[in-house]
Amino acid sequence: MVAVSELREMFEDAVTARYYEERLQEEYLEGKQPAFDISAGPIPGELHLAAGQEAAAVGVCQHLRDDDTVTAPHRPHHVAIAKGVDLKRMTAEIFGRETGLSSGKGGHMHLFDPDAGFACSGIIAQGCPPAVGAGLAAKKRNEDSVAVAYLGEGAISQGAFLESLNLAAVQQLPVVFVIEDNDWAISMPKERVTDVADGSQRAGGFDMPGVRVDYDDATAVYDAARDAVGRARAGNGPTLLEVQVHRRMGHFMGDPESYRPDEDVAAAEQRDSIERLADELRNEDVPDDELETIREDARERVDEAIEWAKEQPEPDPDAAYEDVFVNPPSGVTSEEPSHELAGGDD
Amino acid sequence: MAQEERRQAVERELTMSRAMVEGIAHEMREDDEVFYMGEDVADYGGIFDSTEGLLEEFGRDRVMDVPISETAYLGAAVGAAQEGMRPIAELMFVDFFGVAMDQIYNQLAKNTYMSGGAVNVPMVLTAAVGGTYNDAAQHSQTLYGTFAHLPGMKVVVPSTAYDAKGLMHNAIRDDDPVVYLFHKRLMGIGWLPAPDGPKTPVPEEEYTIPFGSADVKREGEDVTVVTLGLHVHRALEAADALAEDGIDAEVIDLRTLVPLDTETIRESVAKTGRLVVVDEDYQSYGVTGEIIASVAEGGLADLETVERVAVPDVPLPYARPMENEVVPDSEDIESAVRSAHDA
Repeated sequence: MVAVSELREMFEDAVTARYYEERLQEEYLEGKQPAFDISAGPIPGELHLAAGQEAAAVGVCQHLRDDDTVTAPHRPHHVAIAKGVDLKRMTAEIFGRETGLSSGKGGHMHLFDPDAGFACSGIIAQGCPPAVGAGLAAKKRNEDSVAVAYLGEGAISQGAFLESLNLAAVQQLPVVFVIEDNDWAISMPKERVTDVADGSQRAGGFDMPGVRVDYDDATAVYDAARDAVGRARAGNGPTLLEVQVHRRMGHFMGDPESYRPDEDVAAAEQRDSIERLADELRNEDVPDDELETIREDARERVDEAIEWAKEQPEPDPDAAYEDVFVNPPSGVTSEEPSHELAGGDD
Repeated sequence: MAQEERRQAVERELTMSRAMVEGIAHEMREDDEVFYMGEDVADYGGIFDSTEGLLEEFGRDRVMDVPISETAYLGAAVGAAQEGMRPIAELMFVDFFGVAMDQIYNQLAKNTYMSGGAVNVPMVLTAAVGGTYNDAAQHSQTLYGTFAHLPGMKVVVPSTAYDAKGLMHNAIRDDDPVVYLFHKRLMGIGWLPAPDGPKTPVPEEEYTIPFGSADVKREGEDVTVVTLGLHVHRALEAADALAEDGIDAEVIDLRTLVPLDTETIRESVAKTGRLVVVDEDYQSYGVTGEIIASVAEGGLADLETVERVAVPDVPLPYARPMENEVVPDSEDIESAVRSAHDA
């Protein structure tokens, strides 16, 4: 059972995430007309949208606190929203603006918000080891925070993921690995790249619990994640979760998806975790007008973030030279060492 | 000059990706032991069109989509090559090399040497390189210097369709490991428009371009500009602008970093006395320093001035103003040539 208040929060995050991707898609494509040119328009670079994957984000992150850490892959917006990343600054980052989370240096695949405990990697499965590291830090400091690593089903054949499972297991670290199975690694269907249909079975090889949630269902994810996060928080080690989700907007904006059968696209459209959440709220006697208010609030918040982001200044070109190493505090230069070297006067 | 005549005799123009694929397809028809492995190379045809149409002609056994397991499949290509096959294995972005570095620099590159020449590794590692479309620090690098630095790999960087095909024929037939780095911006992909230049006449028949033969893409008397990949075209653009002011730049396209054609560069510098090296890779410990050192070693007396234009030593930023700042453009090249000229 999920408390109504929690159902409502998950619904809020899910509709926010969905609307966010729809709006970004519009903004992204707007600048790439008539001919699609990836380097034109208000949003530069690649864009990987997560519409259809909300259940995996909201069902897990509902259990997380501010001091818990999440690492996400190249398709991160829905998880970022569910983890409470600053929406305005994230949007400004995606638009490549000075006030973005990373001052415009990272972009949509590389979102970092230390205040929200959120980081990304654009390289497949490479967010897993840092999540293990966050778990290691928590254990060493005797804190009960938890680290969650998100990855796609295409990433489960990557060494960094498998090595991370092993390290987290043997060290009994507070880590939850979440596979978002959207059936497609760009153009490669799951069955062509692994003989194991249920990715959570990878856990068995490391003597770790593995659970698969077979349908886009936020409350089923919520239930599975409660156990996994609880286990990690209690110091009982890692868990591997796999969640069936679906991909609604191609691998990246501009992906023609010519490799994908029409019936697969149609089937994906039928499995909507957001409508399912809405039904569950109705079953809990939450009236339709309240659901509509939640949707309206989400739209307002997203529109406001996008408008704000677009008004932000572009970074100064010379800012490219900052942040390679830790920037010294103002007034401190490298000619003035702040401490003496060991060894004394000679 | 034979090459120039040949170019003029051919009417048919191809994009760089079509030319590359034509070379691969030809070698696959000639030799059953040639096959292609990579992510999204079958049904998709390569994210950057590097294998477009190959699945239809050769089927899944020879155009293989593989799991996202670069260590395994690049290493498997090494192993198959050591068995005498001629695999071509693709890294979707060169930036992903870190995932499988051991198979590249400790196995692929070293097995011939460590076996005292008993083992050959006739494999081609293809990878997309380069920025200019705001893909940020993990998807925009060229890493030319990294591969060229590590002994044991030949390193090829085409800048035109004509060169891409000839170099590909040579790469597949070579008995050593070849790293073939193609620039995304030059491929002629619909969603990533190429500049004028890489689309060239390409003969339908096979031909090879020997490794270690730099190509003088523009002859000039005043300043030698040495570059590769996308920046060949940016240098040519700069040279056109400079010509209006009476500065005559010679533009040399390296085409291969290993082996390096130092002779062509030295001959040019002997003529001009002024050397500008342009690179889309990081500046320090890289291609620019190596070219300058190679010229200095054998012809210091010829060298009056030196300039280098490369990515300052920062990761590639996402936002457009910052990426434009650090990736050299034709104006940066123009101003370096002017400095060298006026020095």
